[in-house]
Amino acid sequence: MKTMRSAGWEWLIAQRWLLPVLIAVGFVLAFAIPEYNLFNKYIQLVMMYVGINIILTVSLNLVNGYMGEFSLAHAGFMAVGAYTAALLTQKVLPVAAYPGLFPLAVLAGGLAAAALGLIVAVPSFKVRGDYLAIITLAFLMIVKSVIENIDAIGGPRGIPGIKKLTTLPWVFFWTVVSVWVVRNFVYSKYGRGVLAIREDEIASDLMSVNTQRVKFLAFMVSSFFAGIAGGLFAHVLQFISPRVFDIIKTTDVLIMVYLGGIASIGGSILGATVYTVLLELLRPSTVAAMLAWLPAMVFDPLNEYFIRHLGVWRMVIMPLALVLVMLYWPRGIMGLREFRWFIPRRDLDAHRHDAHGGSHGAARGR
Amino acid sequence: MALLAAAKVKHYFGGLCAVADFNLELQAGELVGIIGPNGAGKTTIFNLITGVYRASEGSIRLRDVELVGKTPHQITALRVGRTFQNIRLFRDLSVLDNVRIAHYAQVRYSPLEALLHLGRYRREEERIIENSRRLLSIFKLEHLAGETAKNLPYGSQRRLEIARALAIDPELLLLDEPAAGMNPNEIDQLMEFIQWIRREFKLTILLIEHQMKLVMGICERIKVLDFGETLAEGPPEAIQNDPKVLEAYLGEGPVG
Repeated sequence: MKTMRSAGWEWLIAQRWLLPVLIAVGFVLAFAIPEYNLFNKYIQLVMMYVGINIILTVSLNLVNGYMGEFSLAHAGFMAVGAYTAALLTQKVLPVAAYPGLFPLAVLAGGLAAAALGLIVAVPSFKVRGDYLAIITLAFLMIVKSVIENIDAIGGPRGIPGIKKLTTLPWVFFWTVVSVWVVRNFVYSKYGRGVLAIREDEIASDLMSVNTQRVKFLAFMVSSFFAGIAGGLFAHVLQFISPRVFDIIKTTDVLIMVYLGGIASIGGSILGATVYTVLLELLRPSTVAAMLAWLPAMVFDPLNEYFIRHLGVWRMVIMPLALVLVMLYWPRGIMGLREFRWFIPRRDLDAHRHDAHGGSHGAARGR
Repeated sequence: MALLAAAKVKHYFGGLCAVADFNLELQAGELVGIIGPNGAGKTTIFNLITGVYRASEGSIRLRDVELVGKTPHQITALRVGRTFQNIRLFRDLSVLDNVRIAHYAQVRYSPLEALLHLGRYRREEERIIENSRRLLSIFKLEHLAGETAKNLPYGSQRRLEIARALAIDPELLLLDEPAAGMNPNEIDQLMEFIQWIRREFKLTILLIEHQMKLVMGICERIKVLDFGETLAEGPPEAIQNDPKVLEAYLGEGPVG
């Protein structure tokens, strides 16, 4: 890959100041798009889902990618965040009068999820791999059935009529915050501890890494942002029920993590974006609109026998695509690599081989 | 007072007695070797000292701190560093990160400062990068800082493991078969090197080794183990001529 990079590309990568500029432009666009209807409502909705999915993917990557565990609990944390935030905006906070209170509700959802993340971290001290996967799956089922059995929060019927408080700027804001915080975490002693645990847990303990503390923190940060994403999600969808947060939801996020590549923030962003957009592109109406230029002779039978059934077919196509990715591209788009812009300059410099600036390998020399 | 004092340490794996009544007093600055046939319980003793296993009975004290019952990272933070018989580097991480990780206990910033990259974060990170690169340059690995650890040649991996152990800023260093897989020439270099780091870092060293040349060449005192029991203990000359030791290593009966 590296030898194929052109000089222009190398130059562009070196312009680190572009990242804050891009974020600022993103913010302006996030305000401008809904204000001036630069895109239609549907595309704005997809943009919000992309943002929410980036938050979910980056946060799950911390546990499943960087730490090398296999947690299935992510949808559970999301549910806790969604229900906490939705109940707050429905029943507690006067958001109708003060819409500025909405971020508080989302934050509370994140904190509630983080608190539960601490509990899930405890079994991870003792078990790893498949066994932890089963425990986190059990946790997901517990969350779901607890919600189903509390009538006060709608039980299996869920909460309808949630106010549509999630806006594009808020999604953008939380996406930037989650990426920034997870990136900061990864490039700190705790993040290096997380990587060390993935490599060799006993050796990292013997190299003074407090593995329990590191796991607590990793699970807490991961579940916090899952809760944030849940809160935002509830206020886009405007209706939540326990069924929304089942194992399928976790699987979606898992796919985005492994498609984008483990232990990579850039990969998570790409994976979430590509997967979300592709899934939307495979909707019958979208495909029909895209292929409308075909002569009716071709289009009509295609529409009759294929496009109209895409709602079912896309659930075959996407997993099949994932199988192919795993077979021929097992590390995903960015597995174990990172965009240079996300790596603190201090880390890049520290990994340099010589004084000529021949830094080797973008991320941690991998 | 002894730096390390192990008294009446016993350890069982199920019904199997791996270590029976192990006693050792290590004075600060000493270089002591543990030898013995395979399965004699040598590495188990390292694992007991560093907290990987919890001793079934007995006490292990570092100055006046009891180590039995402490977790590995607590013991490591008390400045006990070690290497492994079969190299256990963080294989997929960079050479620099291998050394940086071992600074964990010395880095003083809170999780909040880490999440926001604020406060002490910057200063502490710069400090450990500098210290890591200093250690790497001592071990002639600085030009490989960004290389993935698993790509290093065997000898460099051994050196990196010692560099990583020194990043803990140990007072007591445990070396588990540092000469494994080395040729006689490399062993000579290693002997000089161990002597040098001992002076330079003011270390007390306890090492396990099968290479008699190294053990007899640099250890001031040698302890011989067999089946979890101490067979003999003393200076190299005495050990070399001890009939019990010869028997354990060469087998029973008169030779020739």
